[in-house]
Amino acid sequence: MLSVQENLPVEFSASLLAKCAEIVTRYPAGKQKSALLPILHEVQAEFGWLSTDAMDKVAAFLQIKPIEVYEVATFYTMYFLKPQGKFALEICRTGPCCLVGAEKIMNHIEQRLGVKEGEVTADGLFSWRGVECLAACGYGPVLQIGPEYTFYENLTEESVDNLIETLRNKAKEA
Amino acid sequence: MADEVVNFKVTIDGIPVEVAPGSTILNAARQIGGDIVPPAMCYYSKLEGSGGKCRTCLVKVSKGSEKDPRPMPKLVASCRTTVMDGMEVQNITSPEVEEARKGVVEILLINHPLDCPICDQAGECKLQDLGYEHGSEGTRYEFERRTFERVDLGDKIQLHMNRCILCYRCVYVANQLTEEREHGVLYRGDHSEISTHIEKALDHDFIGNVIDVCPVGALTDKTFRFKNRVWFTKPIDAHRDCPKCSGKVTLWYKGDDVLRVTGRKDEFGEVEDFICNTCRFDTKSTSDWVLEHPTDVEKESVIGANHYEQFHLPPVIREDEKLKLANEEQLQRTERLK
Amino acid sequence: MGRKLLLEHINEPGINTFDVYRQKGGYRAVEKALKTMSPDDVVEEVKKSGLRGRGGAGFPTGMKWGFLAKPEGVPRYLVCNGDESEPGTFKDRFLMTHIPHALVEGMIVSSYALGANTSYIYVRGEMMPQIRILEKAIAEAKAAGFLGNNILGSGYNLEIYVQPGGGAYICGEETALLESLEGKRGNPRIKPPFPAIAGLYGCPTVVNNVESIASVVPIVNDGGEEYAKIGIERSTGTKLISASGNINKPGVYEIELGVSVEEFIYSDEYCGGIANGKRLKALVAGGSSVPILPANLITKTAAGNARLMTYESLADGGFQTGTMLGSGGFIVYDEDQCIVRNTWNFARFYHHESCGQCSPCREGTGWMEKVLHKIELGHGTMEDIDLLWDIQRKIEGNTICPLGDAAAWPVAAAIRHFRDEFEWHVLNPQESQTRNYGLAHYADPLAPVVQ
Repeated sequence: MLSVQENLPVEFSASLLAKCAEIVTRYPAGKQKSALLPILHEVQAEFGWLSTDAMDKVAAFLQIKPIEVYEVATFYTMYFLKPQGKFALEICRTGPCCLVGAEKIMNHIEQRLGVKEGEVTADGLFSWRGVECLAACGYGPVLQIGPEYTFYENLTEESVDNLIETLRNKAKEA
Repeated sequence: MADEVVNFKVTIDGIPVEVAPGSTILNAARQIGGDIVPPAMCYYSKLEGSGGKCRTCLVKVSKGSEKDPRPMPKLVASCRTTVMDGMEVQNITSPEVEEARKGVVEILLINHPLDCPICDQAGECKLQDLGYEHGSEGTRYEFERRTFERVDLGDKIQLHMNRCILCYRCVYVANQLTEEREHGVLYRGDHSEISTHIEKALDHDFIGNVIDVCPVGALTDKTFRFKNRVWFTKPIDAHRDCPKCSGKVTLWYKGDDVLRVTGRKDEFGEVEDFICNTCRFDTKSTSDWVLEHPTDVEKESVIGANHYEQFHLPPVIREDEKLKLANEEQLQRTERLK
Repeated sequence: MGRKLLLEHINEPGINTFDVYRQKGGYRAVEKALKTMSPDDVVEEVKKSGLRGRGGAGFPTGMKWGFLAKPEGVPRYLVCNGDESEPGTFKDRFLMTHIPHALVEGMIVSSYALGANTSYIYVRGEMMPQIRILEKAIAEAKAAGFLGNNILGSGYNLEIYVQPGGGAYICGEETALLESLEGKRGNPRIKPPFPAIAGLYGCPTVVNNVESIASVVPIVNDGGEEYAKIGIERSTGTKLISASGNINKPGVYEIELGVSVEEFIYSDEYCGGIANGKRLKALVAGGSSVPILPANLITKTAAGNARLMTYESLADGGFQTGTMLGSGGFIVYDEDQCIVRNTWNFARFYHHESCGQCSPCREGTGWMEKVLHKIELGHGTMEDIDLLWDIQRKIEGNTICPLGDAAAWPVAAAIRHFRDEFEWHVLNPQESQTRNYGLAHYADPLAPVVQ
């Protein structure tokens, strides 16, 4: 079970550091701060969320002030500042998806998982939240799951049930 | 010989002025002075990059320039719009501007706690002035106001995020006067907040200036907290030999005690020099200072209320005959009591 | 059947790979431009084409390119805006998913025209799969010698990188996008200076939408004049329309500008009519920001002419009776949809996405959302409707960037055209929670315009 910790000390793996170093090469010399958003995605993919320690390490790596990382991480909605479920379901809740039943799907997911928006299930496997337009309005309702943001389209209550079941089995196997 | 700079001719509310190319409309208006100067809550001439955010200084450009006389399609932020030769600007002569400004003030107040009675900034608060000038008695906002916990940024500075209007001035101070900015604007939209993210004391030598630049009571001097209302204190300009800053300050006296020390502010509320924390927080005996003279206080200011005999009507009252009469009567009554 | 310039080979298996794309004539534009044209020639063709920015504002692309400052010794940048987030719009996702090389090819030709040696494609972070697709496409193009140093022996060097966003609609605003690309919060910059003078890292920069850049490929291949022959008036070429909502065939369609709205909704070539045999109630023609129109104003203008899918025809009547083509996010509402609820939903979106930098937008969007939610829940008063109108007026035009306008317009249009539905919610607080106001008179023929 996950517990929300104020801070989670993390150690960047060699492969993560190598990835970060590669990202920095995409920008002119001295403009390494540009690497901040992509690096935060990489770090979140590795640890599931961004603890203060992780953000401080990113700041040190990019030679910027920690506050510059906090400012960015709190501005953008994709960065999690606390632990999420292993599978963080993000369902589009904006107009066009609602025209084709997104609200029903969200209610169904809430009932099915038994946790409120933003909460994590007791087994630590799932969390869910409504997010704003995912630019897939013609395929709604839609949801995505990080860190690769796998996409599920034209959702129905049955397809959501199947998805949750599949993910559960996947977690068991791992 | 340097090339002669040809100044631009600009007209603001019908008053002509010549300013250097590159000046903003706001600074051109400040050159004229008086009622036609747009209010500025976020712009601060000594902080690079400031301005453009609060939208209280919106003005109408009714003529773009001599070359291209077309009016600008929208109201513009006078603090960030540079003048062109022949430009004509309307501020208080434009009902559209007054309307928009009223809207901005209303919007700035919807989530404001209106806790002036217990706010140390009251009496020298720009938002209070604006509310007085442009606000209405009641609010049309009927929802719960946004609230934050009060935070101590070290033992000298207190942050009341509830009162903040997100002018970003304090962020520019930390960026431009200190090497290590530790606070910033976190989150976004209407839950943006000034924060250090993890609890941290701001302790750089010049960080105390965030108090002086804050247009509202969001960042206040903890050493002055609840000590007194500013209008009961008497400001005196003073200086000392300071190894870190100019040492030119204003001391705020109550009787013989110095209750607080601030930078010297001009008529637009901006400090002349940024002062160091030692001057601000740690030197509060008269013996530390060479006193110069009582600070010039704007006649409209409540701080000057006890210092000047002549009563000057605030603009709101000036336009209302009934109020004007009532105030004259009140003034006479007050005079009789003396 | 209209001409297809971007999606001509969309059904070709493997068109997402370099080899198939190349077999189908891909990268001809790069060869033509780099071997036979000067950068200025390319700019000239784009000017002749009349191409207008496909991201929503509709500003002529060639003119935008012409503004680019070219000081000696200062790098210039081309940044592609792939932060597609406007509700109702998903054409760029489609293009990047299925035919990524169209964008890469467009990037090469456009970068060459602008003299950029490093270009970035900024894609919203949620489109991680599309980011991977583009990265692969760029690697393929590079392996084939279309990127890197001395491309096709022309002496021209170019690297393209894909930059993920972090989840913020506001980064679709070009200066917010540049801030984000610099690793900062997506706060729009105060203009001037415009990016053409001081953009990315303070250098001259052009920011163009994905579809705009992809459209440069057919323009270079066939010539600007050929491109301009398609379409009507100042709406030239083809446009990708993202169709969603209550229609039989939601999806992305490439149209020749000038198709009638009626045909687009009802013909089998496009949306295939309203789903489930329902009737059309309302329509948002260009993404959530543009004014929503009732059925009777969307297929015909107030003057009774057929409304066409062009910048001009959709805008006919101004905001009183018209709307905008915007980004081409075509959202269709059937008679079962509630306009109040939809307006609240959009208001919530803009409230959520406001960057918080300037006060009218930061505070006003939240206020509108709260008032709309109150009305939607049946607790509203008539004064609330007037209040809403007043708040949106206080926001519109008074903010740093167009997000304020984008938040204000849908609210204004909903009240303008559907005021009786709002009033019905107020007057029937209980009934409005259990049933819908329905089609009402929104599809009734309009009275002829009397001069």
